[in-house]
Parts: sequence; C-alpha cells; structure tokens
Amino acid sequence: MEKLARAHVLICGGTGCSSSGSKEIIPEMRGKLKAKGMEDEIKVVETGCHGLCELGPLVIVYPEGVFYIRVKASDVEEIVENHLIKGRVVDRLLYREPATHATVPDYDDIAFYKKQQRYALVNCGHINPESLEEYIGTDGYEGLAKALSMKPEEVIEEVKKSGLRGRGGGGFPTGTKWQFTRNAVGSKKYVICNADEGDPGAFMDRSVLEGDPHRVLEGMIICGYAVGADEGYIYCRAEYPLAIKRLRGAIGQALESGLLGENILGSGFNFMIHIKEGAGAFVCGEETALIASIEGRRGMPRPRPPFPANSGLWGKPSNINNVETFANVPSIMRDGGDYFASQGTETSKGTKVFALTGKINNTGLAEVPMGITMREIIYDIGGGIPNGKKFKAVQIGGPSGGCLPEQLLDLAVDYESLIRAGAMMGSGGLVVMDETTCMVDVARYFLNFTQDESCGKCTPCREGTKRMLEILNRICEGKGTEEDIPLLESMAQSIKAGSLCALGQTAPNPVLSTLNFFRHEYEAHIRDHKCPAGVCTAFVGYTITEGCRGCGLCKKVCPADAISGEVKAKHIIDPDKCIKCGACQSKCPFKAIEKG
Amino acid sequence: MTIKNLEDLRKIKERAKLSTSARRKSETQVIVGMGTCGIAAGARDVMAAILDEMSRAGVHDVSVMQDGCIGMCQKEPLVDIVRPGEPRVTYGNVKPADVPAIISEHLVNGRIVSGLVVAKV
Amino acid sequence: MGEKFAEKDVAKLDELLADLGSQKGTLIPILQKAQDIFGYLPREVLIRISEKTHVPLSRIYGVVTFYAQFHLNPRGRNIVRSCQGTACHVRGAKAVLSELKSQLGLEGDETTTKDLRFTLETVACIGCCGLAPVIMVNDQTHGRLVPEAIKGILESYK
Repeated sequence: MEKLARAHVLICGGTGCSSSGSKEIIPEMRGKLKAKGMEDEIKVVETGCHGLCELGPLVIVYPEGVFYIRVKASDVEEIVENHLIKGRVVDRLLYREPATHATVPDYDDIAFYKKQQRYALVNCGHINPESLEEYIGTDGYEGLAKALSMKPEEVIEEVKKSGLRGRGGGGFPTGTKWQFTRNAVGSKKYVICNADEGDPGAFMDRSVLEGDPHRVLEGMIICGYAVGADEGYIYCRAEYPLAIKRLRGAIGQALESGLLGENILGSGFNFMIHIKEGAGAFVCGEETALIASIEGRRGMPRPRPPFPANSGLWGKPSNINNVETFANVPSIMRDGGDYFASQGTETSKGTKVFALTGKINNTGLAEVPMGITMREIIYDIGGGIPNGKKFKAVQIGGPSGGCLPEQLLDLAVDYESLIRAGAMMGSGGLVVMDETTCMVDVARYFLNFTQDESCGKCTPCREGTKRMLEILNRICEGKGTEEDIPLLESMAQSIKAGSLCALGQTAPNPVLSTLNFFRHEYEAHIRDHKCPAGVCTAFVGYTITEGCRGCGLCKKVCPADAISGEVKAKHIIDPDKCIKCGACQSKCPFKAIEKG
Repeated sequence: MTIKNLEDLRKIKERAKLSTSARRKSETQVIVGMGTCGIAAGARDVMAAILDEMSRAGVHDVSVMQDGCIGMCQKEPLVDIVRPGEPRVTYGNVKPADVPAIISEHLVNGRIVSGLVVAKV
Repeated sequence: MGEKFAEKDVAKLDELLADLGSQKGTLIPILQKAQDIFGYLPREVLIRISEKTHVPLSRIYGVVTFYAQFHLNPRGRNIVRSCQGTACHVRGAKAVLSELKSQLGLEGDETTTKDLRFTLETVACIGCCGLAPVIMVNDQTHGRLVPEAIKGILESYK
C-alpha cells in the first residue's frame, strides 16, 4: 500500500501563481526532498488556485497548515531545512495582515479566508485537480450517485428547493430553468456549460475549472440526468489554456472510470461531454450567441422566445448554466437543497464568489454568503484600500453593472438589492476604486469595451454605444458641453429599451450609475475643465520645480523626448511634446516634478 | 479504476481520505525531535519507522510533526505523543524497534509505554 | 495552393479537412487548427476550406472577421497581449501599452513589427486580475508590471 506521508506541501499551479514562478518551485521542492531522502515522507502536490493570486506563488505546508507567500525557488532550501526537517516556520515568508503587519502562520487564521464560506470553491487549492481520487476523497461524485438513485423530477425539486440562481449574471432560478428543458418536447436534448467568462475583472470560473474540474463535470452530469439530456458541451474561452487542459484531463478520467459515458454508476443513464473552445467574442456569453458559436456561426444573439430550453443547440432543447452554477450542484444534491437554502437572504440563497480587484489590499477570490455587506467584503476580507488612500466607489457586475459609492457600503448584497442600487450581480467582479480614479474615465472604459464587443446586429447597441462613447471621449478631452449630460441620459434609456440582448440592454449602466452618484465629476470636467481625480490627461500637465538638481533621470525615462536641460541645471518639460504619462514624476528622486 | 456503483465510490473515497489525511491538522499528534542533536542520534530512522508503522496499522487522522531541539539532547531521539485531553508524553532514546509499541499501545489505545517515558506535561 | 505555402502544411490542412470537414459545427475548430498550421488565415486557405466543407466563402469570411482570435494577415513570431481589463486599467495598463508600442516601434494602428518578431494586441481580460497590470507573451504571463520592466521582457523573446 501507499506509504503514509507525514507532510503535504501544496504548491499552487494556477494561472496566477504559475506566472509568478510556481512552475520552478515544484521541481526544486521535489529535487531538494529527494536529495534529503524524504521523497516518500513528504508529498508535493500541485493544486489549483487559492484565490489570493497577488501574493503568489503560494505554498502551504500541512499538517500545520502554514501559509507561505511569494515563494521563490531560492526559498525552497530554507523551507526544507528549517520547516520540513526541524519544524521551524520560515517567518519571513509568512503572510502579513495589511492592517497590523502581523505575521499569520496559520492558513485558517488569515482574515481574507476567515470570513469566507467556501462552497463552490471548497476544493480549490486544497486538492490536486488532476486527481480524480482526491476529488472523490472530498465526497466527489456522491451527489451524482444520489441523484441517479432519485427520479429526475425529484432532482429538479431538490435544486428548486435550494433556491440556487444563475451565477453568470442573470440570476434566473436554476431549478425552474431545468424544469423548462425537462418539459420541452423532444428526445434529443443538450446541457451546455458557459465557461466563456468574459467580464473583465472576473476570474472565478477560471479558478474553479483549473482547481476543481470534476465538480463542474459532476454538476453537468446531474443536470443531464435531470433534464433528460445525453450530451453536454463546455464552451470555454481559448484564453484559458490551463482550464481547457484540466477539463480534458478530467473528462478522460471520468470516461475511463465510468462516471461519464454509458451506464453511469450502473444506472442505465448515458452522458457525454465535449469541449468547444471559444474564439474571442464577449457577446458569446449571451446564451443564444453562444449556441450560434458552438454551431460554427458568427456568435450573434437572436430574439427570444423561443428560449434555448425549447429550441437551443441544433434546434434541440438545451439547458445552459455557467461554471459557478454547475459547481454548486454536486453539494446541493449531496447535502440537500435545504442546507444550501439556509444560507443567504430571502431571495438569494447560498454563497457567491466575488473577484476582488483594483485598489484593494487583498486582491483575489472571495466566496461569501449572500447578504453580506460590501463593507465587510472590502474591509474585512479585502483588507481595505492600500497606501492610505480614500475609498471612492466599487464597480460591481462588470460592463453591465454599476458602481456603489461610500454611502451604500452597508448594503446587504443580493441580486435584488444591487439592481435597486443601479448595479447588478453580474458574474461577481468587484473593482475597487480610490480617490485617484476618475469616474468619467471608468464609464468611458466600460463603454469602450461594450461598443467594441457589440456584435453589430441591432442598431441601438451598435450605433448607440458608439455615439455615447464619443460623448464621453469628448468630456474626458475637455470638450464637453452642458447638453452632453442630458443627451447621455436620454441615449442610455433608448439603448436599454431598444437592444436585442443583455449586452446592449445593460451597456449604459456604468454611465447611468456614475451619473447618479458622481454627477459632480462630469460637471467638473465640463464646467471647470478639471478632472478631480487627476486622471484625464487633457487637464493635467507636468512642470519641473526649483527642487530640480539636473540629474537627468527624467530626461532618460521620458518616452516622448519632451524633457531637456543640461546636467546639473534645471530641466524643463515641453508641454507640446509631453504625453502626460507621469513616468518622469515617478522617477524623480527629488520630488521636483509637479502635476497640475 | 472502474466505478460501477456507490460502493466502489465509497472505497475510493476511504483510500483518498487516508492518503490526504496529512492535510488535516489532528489533535492527536506524534512529534519527533528533529534538531541537529535528534538527527545525529537517529531521529530520521525513527521518523521513517513511525510512518511505516502507521501505514501498516492503517492509523490516520494523526498529525506527524517535527520539532527542534528542546534541550534534552542526551535523551534524543525524542518522540512526543499528544492525545486530546491527556498529558503530553515524551519518550526518550527511542529506537526504530520501539516504535510499534508506542504507536499501537499509546497512540491508538492510550496506554503509556512506561519504560521509555522521560517526561509528562 | 501554389508555391506560396509549404507542402507539408498544405497536407496537414487537407488531413484536417478530411477529418472534420463533413461534420456539423466544426467550422470554428477547423479555422482554429488551420490558423495553428499557417500562423494566420490566408485567403487561399479559406478558399480551400470552403471547397472542402461546402460552406460558402462569404460565410467563412463572416465568421473569421467576427472573432478576435482569427487573423487574415501574417503575424509575428511572438504574440504580446496587453491586458486592458478593468483591474489592469486602474493599475496602469495604459502606460504599459504605450511603453510596449514605443519599444516595438509600432505607430498608429500597426500591430506587427516589420521583422515579424512581435505582434502586439490588446485583450479585454486574461483573468489574472490579481497581478494587474499584466501582459501575456505567447503562453507566458507577466504580472505586476511597471513600464520600465517591458524592455527586459521583450528582449527575452527572439
């Protein structure tokens, strides 16, 4: 039998940690342990994402559960010599709480994780995502076994009872959606997993696919059984190569062991899953566009009804859910819908994964019960705003969402409360902005994105977003007029009312929401020719003050050759050449460059 | 491996729980002194013997940990057994041959192997 | 397909078409694999695909121009993708992008260097928001960037 290992060293191999160098740590760790003759005593496991990517590469040593951050290959020897041999924790590699700077050795004590309730992400970072056995060890595929012992209608009832709603943005009740596909007439039906996570700033689906791929497969198989489908497709972004690799591996293992394919677990139920790689179009997150793309056509939405539940892939009834939704299904089946429904608010049950990014100390994935306040997410889990800056707003729901200002931080977050506040859950991207962020620029950024990704099929979206963007560009360039604000508002209403799909219907939200809470910033751009946050380059210029010692560093770093001056004499900036990138200011050792 | 039914699934689950048990910190612990003195006195062999014995006896949900020098160098290798709600017992001059008794008597059944005890806290 | 393309590449394309050409819903995978073979999707290749799959060239052109992943012009040996996602945007992606352009000597709408060493693109998000701002060179992600780091990164790709 396999020899018991006394310690497990978990090294994150997710996309974030790999890009910071975890790929070099793994062989280094194995090599060092082998050199010490400890390769049987201590097991090295490559895991998926822990969700705290900024601090990667992450290494966790069990049984103590010590959490090391930003580990380099050169640190491995010290971890082996001190920790793994002598039991002495390597202090300098420990995580520090942003507020107190105190080191926290124990994974479970880190504030970022303490307030979380990991349900969909429960295995991410804790198991080897390439091992079916480890997934089964966490009760994996038991939900499927249970579902197969029930009638399909009972499975749907259980999902309805859980109150689970679509985690991709819309928030449609999952059980009801399954019921529609189950009730649809036809012998051939499909299950589709939307893994085309396109919202900039959201990466929870990638994390689940990379860190716990079997969970998504299990959710899909259960769905297939419930709705009466025998084939499933995962539509995954080509930008997620590791997720695709892990999915392929997991499908192979599931087929080999009989958890996919024919007569699954002796139930007589057959199910097969295929992967389709997306080709880069944000609109393909919309379900009818996604179906068109799987069929090999331009990914353009079509009017609904008919809904995919009645006429989906190849015209057959199809049920589409996103990755996070499917990832919740196995535990709902295993623990029962009531348990899931015991978390969250009246209308929004369970937990939601948020991707915390932007001007925040702990960037990463946080899974929290619905109903938590934004303040808890940003300050208790996210550790607040770095560099002593002041919080300004949090943008939620990506290009379809809106922003919440300081006065709404105590809002209990659920699907309905966010809509009432002019934002939306979306896929759960949370971008935190501080006083140095210009809200007009943020609105412009999102509109630039949506107008670029508009498929062009319907006029309000195609032309409307373009015209709105032109107005925003104008305002940011200092050429805005008093009429621009009402014009933006009236266009926004027309685009929302007249667009075919959710992309257009929600595209004006970032503008409306910033106009609602930060109208004074628009007005400052238009009336006072000022960007209060100092972002819009049309209103800023750089000048060199008397503090200049003539070191020439600014001249060297200037990408536009706009700075001139003799060595040891005061330099000057040519405002016509200056591109206002700010590189000189950040380089100046004497703080002699002013922005204004 | 082929999984034909729930029973097969459960078997794999048990195996996986065992092989990943090191990832859960248990209140039952075996702690081996692995300072320079301990290693010089043969702590590595004792550690290997402990892991062998635990795998052989199918003991899990026990954390095997290591400790630095605690200042009783002449009694190394030192092995501590911690069971919830019981005093921590330190065994000294432990040889690989002593390990099976410590594991099966004390760790599993809670009966202290009196001959080797050097301290109780 | 004339002398323009290596014989072995054309053979690979024909093999691919024999494999997938008659199945439904395979146009996008065919285009993805064809682009892997040739590096981009030349007109001649699209015509060949149309002939073998009986999908009209106009429809293929429609699909190719719809998706960001497909390219009708030759591309550099190294693909640099500069992330313009929200997180990267608020953490200085613009400065990184302008440094990339100036280091690569690209002006206006140019995306590929004359020596075909680099192609520079922007992407909406590569899902590494925790490391913002981020660029991806080929399959390698570089995060927590400042403009000064760009030169060194580019030099490591020949």
